[in-house]
Amino acid sequence: MTPAHSDVFIFFLTLAKILAIAVPLIIAVALYVWWERKVIGWMHVRMGPNKIGPFGLLQAFADVVKLLIKEIVTPTNANRFLYFAAPLLAVIPALAVWAVVPFDHGVVLADINAGVLFLLAMTSLGVYGIILAGWASNSRYAMLGAMRSAAQVISYEIAMGMALVCVLILAGSLNFSAIVAAQAGHKGLFDWFWLPLLPMFFVYFISGVAETNRLPFDVAEGESEIVAGFHVEYSGSAFALFFLAEYANMILVSFLAPILFLGGWLSPFQGWHLGWLSQPGWWWLAVKVFVFATAFLWIRATFPRYRYDQIMRLGWKVFIPIAIVWIFVAGCLRYFGWVTTGH
Amino acid sequence: MKRIIAYLKSLLLLELFAGLWLTLKYLFRPKYTMRYPMEHIPQSVRFRGLHALRRYPNGEERCIACKLCEAVCPALAITIDSAPRPSDGQRRTTRYDIDLFKCIYCGFCEESCPVDSIVETNIYEYHFERRGENVVTKPQLLAIGDRYEKEIAAARAQDAAYR
Repeated sequence: MTPAHSDVFIFFLTLAKILAIAVPLIIAVALYVWWERKVIGWMHVRMGPNKIGPFGLLQAFADVVKLLIKEIVTPTNANRFLYFAAPLLAVIPALAVWAVVPFDHGVVLADINAGVLFLLAMTSLGVYGIILAGWASNSRYAMLGAMRSAAQVISYEIAMGMALVCVLILAGSLNFSAIVAAQAGHKGLFDWFWLPLLPMFFVYFISGVAETNRLPFDVAEGESEIVAGFHVEYSGSAFALFFLAEYANMILVSFLAPILFLGGWLSPFQGWHLGWLSQPGWWWLAVKVFVFATAFLWIRATFPRYRYDQIMRLGWKVFIPIAIVWIFVAGCLRYFGWVTTGH
Repeated sequence: MKRIIAYLKSLLLLELFAGLWLTLKYLFRPKYTMRYPMEHIPQSVRFRGLHALRRYPNGEERCIACKLCEAVCPALAITIDSAPRPSDGQRRTTRYDIDLFKCIYCGFCEESCPVDSIVETNIYEYHFERRGENVVTKPQLLAIGDRYEKEIAAARAQDAAYR
């Protein structure tokens, strides 16, 4: 094989790998929307979508088709270039970040040693999409939503980053596979990081909900106050891209919480000699992700929206102090060897 | 001390978990949804729906053009003209219009009627396709009465003791 051939081969192999992640992800987003409407419906003692396809399963796909064939309306005074760049800026980082997310031992597109850093960088980039969407729409509501969203995401990224620092201190690595490997042991689920880092586990997940602008932190959309916030002027497929980015990010947070705190694909019965139940595998990760993804919807169905100043207070005056204290605690745990990691 | 306890309580998210537990219980509740075209809500015999004019069993129309319903109608939805019937000179209506857009389905016409002629049936699934169809005329009302006489009579009989 000549070098040129191998380059082409690697290109297409990578392309195939990307498609193997992106296409199931988009389908998962559609199913997730269906599941959201179902769960919220059930919690409201309703039925949710149940007409299109079995159990209404095809409802989300019908909605996708509807969105894609709709006209994209551009406001007259919008900055057209930024107006159309914004949804791309929201969706590209949301998809690119999946390059470093492992699905099982060794099943990852790019097993880079600074995966956590890449992830933080990519999720931060997503904010630009929201800010630009708000600014380029030339609408008051959109501008307000964008500013709220930017302030909120930046505040919670600090707490989230500090929660990640605690994980990194214990795991001693920035690589997701290594972080999961550090949670292996013989004490089942008590070997995972959620136990020594319990407050950080909650800080991380709540910050994740705030990062993705989901209820009860959805002041960026705030239907009752600012209509739909940053994407109020978007329609058709441009809106679909924002929607896709938001739900892809929700699934991402649902992936990261188990990987960082709940042992990823490790069995909760590891080392207990329960046969196949003690074996690690992708199915454990799938179960954990499903639980967290459902928790997002559960939280949405339960809590009313936070007031803007309450969100800021929670982020700056509660989460960040707790996170700083727990970085110190995690350091002590590591330094004095009170937590053993990896076997 | 009280403040510290309140602070700890909110820090432990106790109330939030109580809320989550509540919605979790609701998740498994039987649903209230009525799948409307396939399922219907049970109806009372006193249900007040589309109007009808009834006839006696011998085919004679009940209405004697007393115009009590027209007088009592709070929405002025009923319009009646009357004249002696050419065949036998009896007092009968020549026009009996009900504007269903004006009607508020209060049932006063039904209550005021001395001969049980104008009634409100339990029909509620009807629609208009053209302008003007909202005004139902005497032949239409009589036709509705003829078609649903059995149901109407059964409902009246069931409710007779309370009237």
